[in-house]
Amino acid sequence: MTNGKLRVLAVGAVLTMFTLAACNQGGTATTGPGGTAGPTDAAAACASGTTKIEVQSWWTTGGEATGLQKLFEQFNKDNPTLCAYNAAIAGGAGTAAQGVIKTRTLAGTPPDTFQVHMGHELLDTYVNISAGSVLTALDTSIIDPSKFPAGVVKIISGKDGKPYTVPVNIHRANELWYNKKVFTDNNLQPPASWADFKTVADALKAKNITALAVGDNGIWAWGMVFETILIAELGVDGFNGLWTGTTKWDDPKVTDSLNQLKTVAGYVNSDHNALTWDQANQLVIDGKAGMTIMGDWANGDYVAKKFTDYGWAPAPGNAGIYQALADSFPLPAKAPNPDAVKKLLAFMASAAGQDIFNPYKGSIPARIDAGAPPSGGQQYNDYQKSAMSDWTKDTVVPSMEHGAAAAPAWKSAIEAALTTFATGGDVAATQAALVQAAKDAGF
Amino acid sequence: MRGLTRDRVVSIALLVPAVVAVAVFVYGMIGWTTWVSFSKANDLSFDMSLNGLANYQSVFGNARFQLDLRNTVVFTLFFVVSSLAIGLLLANLLDRRIRAEAIFRSLFLFPLAISFIVTGVVWKWLLTPTAGINVLLGLPQQSNLWFTDPTVLKIGDSALIGIPIALFSLVIAAVWQMSGFVMALYLAALRGIPEELREAARVDGASELQLFRRIILPLLAPVTVTAIIILGHISLKIYDLQQAMTKQGPGFATDFPASYMWQTAFNDNQFAKGAAVGIVMLVLVATLIVPYLLWNRRQEAAR
Repeated sequence: MTNGKLRVLAVGAVLTMFTLAACNQGGTATTGPGGTAGPTDAAAACASGTTKIEVQSWWTTGGEATGLQKLFEQFNKDNPTLCAYNAAIAGGAGTAAQGVIKTRTLAGTPPDTFQVHMGHELLDTYVNISAGSVLTALDTSIIDPSKFPAGVVKIISGKDGKPYTVPVNIHRANELWYNKKVFTDNNLQPPASWADFKTVADALKAKNITALAVGDNGIWAWGMVFETILIAELGVDGFNGLWTGTTKWDDPKVTDSLNQLKTVAGYVNSDHNALTWDQANQLVIDGKAGMTIMGDWANGDYVAKKFTDYGWAPAPGNAGIYQALADSFPLPAKAPNPDAVKKLLAFMASAAGQDIFNPYKGSIPARIDAGAPPSGGQQYNDYQKSAMSDWTKDTVVPSMEHGAAAAPAWKSAIEAALTTFATGGDVAATQAALVQAAKDAGF
Repeated sequence: MRGLTRDRVVSIALLVPAVVAVAVFVYGMIGWTTWVSFSKANDLSFDMSLNGLANYQSVFGNARFQLDLRNTVVFTLFFVVSSLAIGLLLANLLDRRIRAEAIFRSLFLFPLAISFIVTGVVWKWLLTPTAGINVLLGLPQQSNLWFTDPTVLKIGDSALIGIPIALFSLVIAAVWQMSGFVMALYLAALRGIPEELREAARVDGASELQLFRRIILPLLAPVTVTAIIILGHISLKIYDLQQAMTKQGPGFATDFPASYMWQTAFNDNQFAKGAAVGIVMLVLVATLIVPYLLWNRRQEAAR
């Protein structure tokens, strides 16, 4: 081979590299330009002459996208002059979409409405900001607070006490899932308290079965376990107080919670760092692990994987407390079609709208008077029925990990403390970091 | 009117779009980001009034960012040195006029054709303790934790300074991808060294090792510098590989400034702090690139 040829090869290698780098960037850029391709297609489905309502979400596939589509179909049928469509942006469990929505809001050209977790992720991003809220508070013609649990109304309301968003669904975060066969084989009951948990976990450990499957490749999964411990230690008022400043983070019960978390860490799978939550769920399905603590999207995972031999219970010490998170849709102050989108939001807040969407999504309606899907539509499954019954009688507390309880920066600071705690294990230093995180967040 | 020949007009017209694009989208954006990094734009109100060094103080005081800087240094060191060493070795082996050289060359170069995302996913599967290599080679799973290993080899007493074991999984994946590229660079340079030089050295009684150390290596120096620059800037900006493979890792063992910047700016709405991290990264890369550009210019001027 000649020198010339080799030089061509080397140059070619360099070029390939830069092209690939450019492709990579192109890949991540689908959040922007690629994302707008979807909406245009979706908008094109609208008949000409209708007022188009742009709804920006991160639901692109599966039951959630179908559910939203069915909801829009019904709304568009009821309102022939309007056309709601899903301007979806895929990627990163919503982080890509949230980036676009924030950029558009900053530029003063928000969509008509958009998907956002209810609670402080919404309030501290769009409402409680120095220049004043970029969202409009919702009046009772859109959402009737008396039809939602008091806990939810608190979560969606700003400092002025007015609701700022319509929660379309409810997921439960503090749920324990277990493999029934593993439990019956070993004569075990799902643990009702964290003391019970240790007994059950020891029994499983003796049989060489991982007690608690965790997939915290994203630290949020471990944060959810910590939250269930905090709820068990502090109770409803104590836990809620953590987020409003009435419970101090240097409380001895927070110390107990950290010690408990450390104990629980001794019972999880060794490769928890490498796994995602659904891979951890697979350990339960395979009977390699007895339990996992995860939000009730785990139920959807079992259904999708055609696994039926599972049971569920509130996380230890969490009975009677429903830790909730929800997807919700607010009203931007600069929405291009405010009158049209108000109608859509009212439909999303209605029992009829919620009963179309939720059976597909695998969640339950946020309204307490819903629960009857239209005949011919998708129906609720057994888990959803049991969750709905809990929803009407349990006390509702917000989920920190899923945006309801704390501002995003506060959540990140807590996660950073937990990430370090998971390896160092120093309780005092971690608690100091948690106290500092609350202080930085203004509490 | 000497300046405005037709050629000149055409060349200026052709240059203007590129100059404007670079001015706006590179230097304009750097300027804008710098401003944001000194501002109070830490929520969606985007208050652009100046805030002094507060964002930089906050960022440098952040425990996670301190670990990120440590990781960047450790990763860059191991990644660049290993890629150079393996690339040089492969190039020298191929330079022995072996049979089927083209096949080996393609084999070694092939990982370069894959994006870091794919590399990251595949190596994540391979190095997950309960799967992949551990199972394949029958290694004990509990003692080969790969990127889930929280151990940090401490250097001195500081909690901060040390070498996180988990980082090596990322180094392996990155070296696997990039060493073939270094090989291609070195191979081209090796073939560019005139045979007469080697002959002359041999006639003078130099051993093969001496030949390599005293003749070949110095002649490869420019390629080495180029390779260090290319590998170094990849390493300082590493993001995609880490996102696909390990995320933040145990105790931020595999976290880097890029992911911290992304989370701070786009997740936590702390745009000014995120911009400050971005500027720190820019300065890091600039300390590598700028001397190289100056050196390059002097080389060209000397020619």
